Amino acid sequence: MIAIIDYGLGNLTSVKNALDFLGIESQITNDIQKIQKADKIILPGVGAFGYGMENLKKLDLIEVLNKEVIENKKPFLGICLGMQLICKKSYEEGVFEGLGWIDAQVVRFSLEGEKLLVPHVGWNEVRCNLSSPILTGGNKEQTFYFVHSYYVDIKDKSVVVGWCDYGSSFPAIIQKENIFAVQFHPEKSQTEGLEILRKFSTL
Amino acid sequence: MLKKRLIPCLFLKNGHLVRSEKFSYHQLLGDPIAQVERINSWSADELIYIDISNDDYYDLRRDDKKTKSMGNIYDIIERVSKTCFIPLTFGGNIKTIEDIKERLRRGADKVVINTIAFENTDFIGESAKVFGRQCIVVGIDVKINSKKEYEVYVGHGKISTGLHPVVWAREVEKRGAGEIFLNSIDRDGTAKGYDITLIKMIVDSVSIPVIACGGVGIFEHFIDGIKEGGVSAVSAGNIFNFTENSIIQAKKTLKNAGIDIRPIIKLVNHG
Repeated sequence: MIAIIDYGLGNLTSVKNALDFLGIESQITNDIQKIQKADKIILPGVGAFGYGMENLKKLDLIEVLNKEVIENKKPFLGICLGMQLICKKSYEEGVFEGLGWIDAQVVRFSLEGEKLLVPHVGWNEVRCNLSSPILTGGNKEQTFYFVHSYYVDIKDKSVVVGWCDYGSSFPAIIQKENIFAVQFHPEKSQTEGLEILRKFSTL
Repeated sequence: MLKKRLIPCLFLKNGHLVRSEKFSYHQLLGDPIAQVERINSWSADELIYIDISNDDYYDLRRDDKKTKSMGNIYDIIERVSKTCFIPLTFGGNIKTIEDIKERLRRGADKVVINTIAFENTDFIGESAKVFGRQCIVVGIDVKINSKKEYEVYVGHGKISTGLHPVVWAREVEKRGAGEIFLNSIDRDGTAKGYDITLIKMIVDSVSIPVIACGGVGIFEHFIDGIKEGGVSAVSAGNIFNFTENSIIQAKKTLKNAGIDIRPIIKLVNHG
């Protein structure tokens, strides 16, 4: 069973609907025992970083997430804000500490003079490293739906398994051992997006 | 490259899909769910539903007709989101934070707010703070008034605001709108093409994505919206309701015009 973490942010129903469609068992929850029992964890979310961390704290979820993902090495998938929350720090409307699983910071697109709009909304291509188990067998270039104003600025480029271009290149998919994270919305990216969720479910 | 988006917009009235003309005439088309199931497999990039039901209006004529009412908007959101894995935006009759929360809980990804944004400008910022900017699309309906000037109208085109669309577009951007859904009341349902002057004016005055709607009669009008209007996304209602394989044809037309658009994808049933 996959636990979809409910921390009051974002559209969890979309993720649940996509997993249901694929026939994958999942549960939307913020119950610590249920998260402990789950085989895998998805942290979805849209919205502000600060609110996200605050809610994870309020619901006492940080400890259980650290334990299950970092110590017990359960497969984890962060989606959109869920990808950003696993970073060390975010500069979205202030400075906030994240879960710190990835040595990276979350920064705003600076596109001045480039005539690019923020938020980055829509379908964009991702150059995929097919050696990652959630990408294997797919196309080298895949198109996913993005909607975000901030991106993950990462030091260790070796954990990036998918790059996207908007102004400059930014990480769209990262993988560090059992930790996977995507900046786009696989649950909203039709066939190629659903394929990522399906592969994650078989890890 | 970020692709231009093609977005069917479905207008709903009391649970039925309708064809809209100049915001005042509405022809019933039938089941909003059957339509969306066709659209999903046809590679639309997103979907917008606008509920134009009036709270105090009930269409009694439908009781004896074949088209069964789909009930309330929440049922429609739930049904659509179970099979449609593209971004779903719902607008209409949103008055409170709770209204947005409930739509998202049922499976919407974004909402369009319109009249409430004008009545209570703080609502834009409040909702953006709770749900994130990307979730809040502000709908701007524009009509050429008796002085032959562009003016923003709310209340589904019935209430004059005295606001110029450029002033209003800048204001909603400043207050936290993630996108603007721009509709031309004069062009709605006329098939005369987009009001490019209006569109370009708004695109040039904000730095958030603009979705253009109103007036598309042939697929080439989408090209005008992107190339001349400069929008991030083109939307339309009627052309998708009345033309077979309309998404595929529209995408081919855009691709042939050299516009970077997401390729047509067949939805594979993984289940």
